[in-house]
Amino acid sequence: MHATVSSNAPTTARAEEAARNARDTRNDRLFGGLLKTCALIVLVSLVGAAASTLWLGRDAFATFGWGFLTSSAWDPTNNQYGALVPVMGTVTTALIALIFAVPVSFGIALFLTEIAPNWLRGPVSSAIELLAGIPSIIYGMWGLFIFAPFVATYIKPWLMNNLSADPPDGKISWLVQHVPFIAKFFSSEYPFFGAGVLTAGLVLAIMIIPFISSVMREVFQTVPTRLKESAYALGSSTWEVVWDIVVPYTRTAVIGGIFLGLGRALGETMAVAFVLGNTFKFTPSILETGSSIASTIANQFGEAEGLQKSALMAIAFLLFVVTFIVLTIARLMLRRLASKEGS
Amino acid sequence: MFTRKLRIAALVAASLFGMSAQATDITGAGSSFVYPVLSKWSATYAEKTGNKLNYQSVGSGAGIAQIKEGTIDFGASDAPMSAEDLAKFGLGQFPAVVGGIVPIVNLQGVAAGQLKLDGALLADIYLGKIARWSDPRIAALNPGVKIPDVKVTVVHRSDGSGTSFNFTNYLSKVSPEWASKVKFGTAVEWPAGVGGKGNEGVSQYVRQIPGSIGYVEYAYAKKNAISYTQLQNAAGKWIEPSAVTFAAAASTADWKSAKDFNLIMTNAPGDQAWPITATTWIIMYKKSKNASHTKVAFDFFKWSMENGQSQAASLDYVALPDTLVKQIEAYWAAEYKN
Repeated sequence: MHATVSSNAPTTARAEEAARNARDTRNDRLFGGLLKTCALIVLVSLVGAAASTLWLGRDAFATFGWGFLTSSAWDPTNNQYGALVPVMGTVTTALIALIFAVPVSFGIALFLTEIAPNWLRGPVSSAIELLAGIPSIIYGMWGLFIFAPFVATYIKPWLMNNLSADPPDGKISWLVQHVPFIAKFFSSEYPFFGAGVLTAGLVLAIMIIPFISSVMREVFQTVPTRLKESAYALGSSTWEVVWDIVVPYTRTAVIGGIFLGLGRALGETMAVAFVLGNTFKFTPSILETGSSIASTIANQFGEAEGLQKSALMAIAFLLFVVTFIVLTIARLMLRRLASKEGS
Repeated sequence: MFTRKLRIAALVAASLFGMSAQATDITGAGSSFVYPVLSKWSATYAEKTGNKLNYQSVGSGAGIAQIKEGTIDFGASDAPMSAEDLAKFGLGQFPAVVGGIVPIVNLQGVAAGQLKLDGALLADIYLGKIARWSDPRIAALNPGVKIPDVKVTVVHRSDGSGTSFNFTNYLSKVSPEWASKVKFGTAVEWPAGVGGKGNEGVSQYVRQIPGSIGYVEYAYAKKNAISYTQLQNAAGKWIEPSAVTFAAAASTADWKSAKDFNLIMTNAPGDQAWPITATTWIIMYKKSKNASHTKVAFDFFKWSMENGQSQAASLDYVALPDTLVKQIEAYWAAEYKN
């Protein structure tokens, strides 16, 4: 009896352990499955959205073929559509936004993590986060009522006086006379009108600064103090510490933050619809009015029918394509940077 | 004691019954042009009858699509449906309310209603053929008016809208070139100018650009004190926009010979008619899909035509003239069978 007990006890313990292991394995597998489902939902909805815009835009793609990409027509009464102007407008406004937003966001993030006194960091950070929460229609109204007139009175005349071939003050500048093509980028049919590609880009820059700068601030804080202190101890200036320690350490995350902002700039709708001028004329000038993909859809979707609706869906699909291309370029850049570092 | 209980029970039952019989919510969707007046009417109507109207201002195209699918009780569209389309889906349509569209200008020293334009000139301006306000054709129509010599900038709606539909329809009636090149629709390929989103977008752009010309709903121009123009109508008379001239357009338009009220009443023939007057059509199934809802919808529109004038006027819409209301009621009796 004694023997049976002593031989039984480890067996039951072992059986219990085995059961627990089996349970754990099962739970782990279930949990893994759950997580995988969560991740798959993103993928499925992305592919679903892209596929349905492609499906609903099939009429437009079938009607116009490759010409859809190169045509600048947008004529609902004669049913002629082309995506060139909206695609151009989307890319140009987003690029202008990045050119202004990235350096400013970099400055904000550095100031907050390296230079600002502690009591100032909290309030400024919360202010930036609040800025990120403002709905885009507010930026649109602000752009329309306040910023566009400001551009028309101060920024646009100055740019045209210095960089265009038909300046309001009548004097063609040295730069325009000596640098070819530059005047093409700064001409405008409406010198006293503030809305246009540049204005839209600037409004977008203000909209994406909070996104980029808060990501940058977060990642700059992850740089180990040890590294920075060592650099300071070796006699580095603040700039040298930032450029040689902080930036290399956080590069991947910083570029990720920039592309988060770029994604928002590419897809922004309401703010752009109010300050872009909404014309379908092809022009390289950033002072002219234009159209973006999202603003065209917002403007015309409500009353669109038949082929026009299909063309709107088709440009929605092109927005997916443009975003995808931009993100791929970003990935490639990152990979190249990483491999350079390795060598 | 017993009788009192019974009486209370009867009262409760009656009130419950009454409520359930009254609380019919009807839904409509479509044109944003009629949204302000519909919501004002429906508030008063709900107070009177308890029946609520739920209207989604999603755009005429979406309104027509939804009524075709039968998901709403009525659709509202700024453009009439063609007779074939109506017949195909078993739908009928009738006008609900009238409003005006006015050209607005930003010319220093020119007061509201001072500048005169005729249809052909307005079309040429929108075709981009008139470069400056000092153009001799403008001066010829405006002797004695001091018009600044500035560049003409055209402003149009960037979003698809009934306002653009009626405005471009008018331009194609008065200009053969417009009719062949641009045609008319809720959105067109504008030969010139910049596009503002909505009435507020157009009026802001006009305010910001000296020498610009745009077009908005009359109510919007009046509320925001924007300088509008006079227009020459089909009878050759100079007309200022007002409730009177909009009503004149609605009553002189040739509704009798228009089957299913399929008539866009721009360039109406009357002496006093404002040339860019617009209406919104209510679209409903001729053979009701939901009898109790349809009954309430008809009751609502009948009530609005007979009692809604003052509320419409307070929003600068014009209720339909009596002759037209009679025609609509005759159309209901003849076409809609419940």
